[in-house]
Amino acid sequence: MEFLLAITIGVMVAAAVYLMLARNVLRFIFGLILISNAANLAIFTAGRLTPGAPPLIKEGAYAPAEGVANALPQALVLTAIVIGFGLFAFALVLVYRAYTTLGTLYSDEMDAAEPKGPAQ
Amino acid sequence: MAAGHDEAKGNGFVGWLPVLLSAGIFAFFLQFLPQIAAGDTLRVEWAWAPSLGVALSFLVDGLSLTFALLISGIGTFVLLYSNSYLAGHPQYGRFALYLFSFMLSMLGLVLSDNLIGLFVFWELTTLTSYLLIGFDNESPKARRSALQALLLTGAGGLAMLAGLILLGAVGGSFEISQLVPQAEAIKGSGLYVPILILILAGTFTKSAQVPFHFWLPNAMAAPTPVSAFLHSATMVKAGVYLMARLHPVLSGTELWFWTLTIFGAVTAVFTSVLSLRQDDLKQALAYSTLMALGTLTMLLAPSSGYAITAFATFLVVHSLYKAALFLVVGCVDHGTGTRDADLLGGLARFMPFTAFTAALAGLSMAGLPPFIGYIGKELIYANTITAGDAATFVTVMALAANALMFAVAGVVALRPFWGKRGDTPLEPHEAPWPMLAGPMVLALLGLAFGLMPLLAEVNFTTPTVAAILGDAEKAKHLHLWAGVNTELMLSLATFAIGGLLLALYRPVRRFLEAADAATPSFDNGWDNILDALYRAAKWQTGILQSGNLQRYLFTIFATFVVAVGGTLLLKDAVNLGVALDDMNSPRHWPELVLIVAAALVTASSRSRMLAVAALGVQGIAVALIFISFGAPDVAITQLLVETLVVVLVAVAMLSLPFLDERGKNDRRPKDMVLAVLCGVVVSAVLIGVLQGPLDLRLTDFFETTAAPEAFGRNIVNVILVDFRAIDTFGEIAVIVVAALSAYALLRTTDSSRDRDEEEEELS
Amino acid sequence: MNSLILRVASRYLAAILLVFSIYMLFRGHNEPGGGFIGGLIGATGFILYAVACGTREARATLRVDPQSLAMSGLAASLLSAFASALFRDAPFTGQWLFLGATEGSKGIPVSTVILFDIGVYLVVLGAILMLVFAMEEEI
Repeated sequence: MEFLLAITIGVMVAAAVYLMLARNVLRFIFGLILISNAANLAIFTAGRLTPGAPPLIKEGAYAPAEGVANALPQALVLTAIVIGFGLFAFALVLVYRAYTTLGTLYSDEMDAAEPKGPAQ
Repeated sequence: MAAGHDEAKGNGFVGWLPVLLSAGIFAFFLQFLPQIAAGDTLRVEWAWAPSLGVALSFLVDGLSLTFALLISGIGTFVLLYSNSYLAGHPQYGRFALYLFSFMLSMLGLVLSDNLIGLFVFWELTTLTSYLLIGFDNESPKARRSALQALLLTGAGGLAMLAGLILLGAVGGSFEISQLVPQAEAIKGSGLYVPILILILAGTFTKSAQVPFHFWLPNAMAAPTPVSAFLHSATMVKAGVYLMARLHPVLSGTELWFWTLTIFGAVTAVFTSVLSLRQDDLKQALAYSTLMALGTLTMLLAPSSGYAITAFATFLVVHSLYKAALFLVVGCVDHGTGTRDADLLGGLARFMPFTAFTAALAGLSMAGLPPFIGYIGKELIYANTITAGDAATFVTVMALAANALMFAVAGVVALRPFWGKRGDTPLEPHEAPWPMLAGPMVLALLGLAFGLMPLLAEVNFTTPTVAAILGDAEKAKHLHLWAGVNTELMLSLATFAIGGLLLALYRPVRRFLEAADAATPSFDNGWDNILDALYRAAKWQTGILQSGNLQRYLFTIFATFVVAVGGTLLLKDAVNLGVALDDMNSPRHWPELVLIVAAALVTASSRSRMLAVAALGVQGIAVALIFISFGAPDVAITQLLVETLVVVLVAVAMLSLPFLDERGKNDRRPKDMVLAVLCGVVVSAVLIGVLQGPLDLRLTDFFETTAAPEAFGRNIVNVILVDFRAIDTFGEIAVIVVAALSAYALLRTTDSSRDRDEEEEELS
Repeated sequence: MNSLILRVASRYLAAILLVFSIYMLFRGHNEPGGGFIGGLIGATGFILYAVACGTREARATLRVDPQSLAMSGLAASLLSAFASALFRDAPFTGQWLFLGATEGSKGIPVSTVILFDIGVYLVVLGAILMLVFAMEEEI
């Protein structure tokens, strides 16, 4: 199952990279969402997959039952999801702001900081 | 220049303190003189970066002590002189600080026994020299000259650093005193040629050998005492010093001999011709300094006793008369307002002490008896006629250079003071005593050493020869009269040719000016090199910094594919056979199919809503994977975030245009290839990771301690809020920052509109 | 979206979600849940309310500025981090007190760790609401 998931993650990355290379920065944002999901899934998968048992300890017990899922990647991924959301929200607002200020969504037309033309 | 300042006010405490300090340093070094003259050496060491073999170690022997005394002695006089020369200058404190820092760096350079320590001091002299040449920072010429000197000597210094590191690596130590016994091994090593070339690149640029000589005359933009100190008596001799210091380690090969002989001889003759051509006295002295540096380089080529004794003698001779003459020219400038050889004449009546000093120093420079300059010249000839294969070449070159020096000495030291009175901008007046004291003492020393050559021999030349050749017996004696011999004949020939040149000074100079104008100048060549460099920088910046986001991202992803994918291929880290076996356990197919389909739809959709919907589906499918494999916390978070993402995108979309312009297609085959490659590399890396062993030590620790020690039964949450709380704290801080920045972006008014309004208000 | 049904329903739904979010926050140490999840659920409730009734009303119901909420969350986490200094422990070391503990039951646990999780909850809630309210108002 891990290996199938690895290939699935590859497809997600490919789609995300293709989106991020687009002229339209909205597509870039879509790519960003997709690639952060792919990254989270990759971390999760690298910690191995254990069907069923969440890393919880029964009331009164001192340790979890044998064969529960690996808790460490879960903790990493959980915060990564929230951070990824923060990044996404900021990028989205930036795109919106760029559009209202510059009047375009095309990255090659956003050249207020580095105007094109022969170097001075 | 002193004009325009309140000279009467002086510089007070700031003016006197460095003079006293440097006099103290001079006295400190003077006390070692008897010990070193007796053949001893002193060495002290402090660890600096022991793991790198870098130490602050200092060695006092004949060579370094001679230099240290010249530096601190001349430094004292120069600081005394500057205090009057720049009396009342508003920035004298800055000047004195630079000059004093230079002196300390130079002392560090000549005393350092560690190659890396030596390099650090070397670069410090370059930096202080830069600051001093550019002291008059409002003059574009001074700034240009300062930068030119910095770039040229800095580039040479970098090459030298590479050479020194190679030398340290081959010799097994960075301590010069420990490299000397390794000399044969180093010379036999395959790295000897690169070491020599790199180190000579540093010494030749620093000591301004042709073709790197042009920075030195330009450096005369510095105030005159600086020229006297740095660009004549001390700093430019750093290159010569290093060649002398490494002489026992690197000399004795054909390559060393011929490189130094040819560069030194060509520099000496070429620049002494240029020296005669100058009408500015300071420029004439600058070019004659180049002649001296060339001669010193040439003298270091062989390993004979004559050569090294001549080197030691000429080193002292030149420092004494050249510093004195520079200071005299400063006095003349100060007293008359000009340094133009054509305007000056008959000054002896108005400036008798200056004229007297100039005469003493000039006679030493011309190499006339009974000055030490004569002894130096005799030794140079004694060396050249015994130079084996090169004897004819170096004798002719030395004769030409010395004859020209004779003429230049006359132009600088005699013509301004005798003959018809010239038409000077200021009424000539004598310089104050602090400005006369230095040059006069230095010039008198030249006479004293000439009359009592034993004094110089015992204290300076023999210990220096002992330091370079390792044997005091090889040192030759200094005589004023050695009988009628070839050297004497050559001296007489020198005087005859020099006298002739001096008599024909005006026509000779006119001829030289015409010849100089007809040949391409090194200075312009430098400008062309710099221009080419700027153009190349602009060109490569244009290529690398295209300002196009797509191109940047493409480069980043392509680099990722090449670097990571290439490594995987080389290391053969992925076993695909095992991966394919895994296909036989078909569980959770639906989620995977859903993810793949949604990702492809997002990538290919031309409709915003469809893309957002597909993204949502993909996110939910990922959440399903999390819940299927025992991660309820992650799954809940993923679902909630996915919901918020869709809400935000939907809100933003209300005021954003469509994805593509009408009638245009977003199909990019090149990007698609790269994207697929990225996906393949990521999959391969992940498969490689999955095939490796899994380290569960951390997980085990968390599992066994969560309940008994952290009183929590949800291990994920315990990791987040207890075990790794400091990480979580960083993460929530990031969230706050991201939200605040986005909030600020939203709430600020349109910046371009603001700017327009501001401009309107201004107008 | 001026539907009466949605407005009334969203009011109750938001209240339920808010209560549920606090429940998720406190049970998080032993069962699935915690500050991140609680904060996200709470934010979802308020966003629903804002979509149905407008941000003005949502802000009025919240009473506190979302920025202040996020900042006080950060402050709470920091406080819990340095509370351990009172017990001469390294920062972020959890300190526990079991109120009314007897032989049989552990009593009610009070700890700096819970305070930390409350901080996380407030940060997530405040940050998301700050952003979403501003977006809804500006765009």
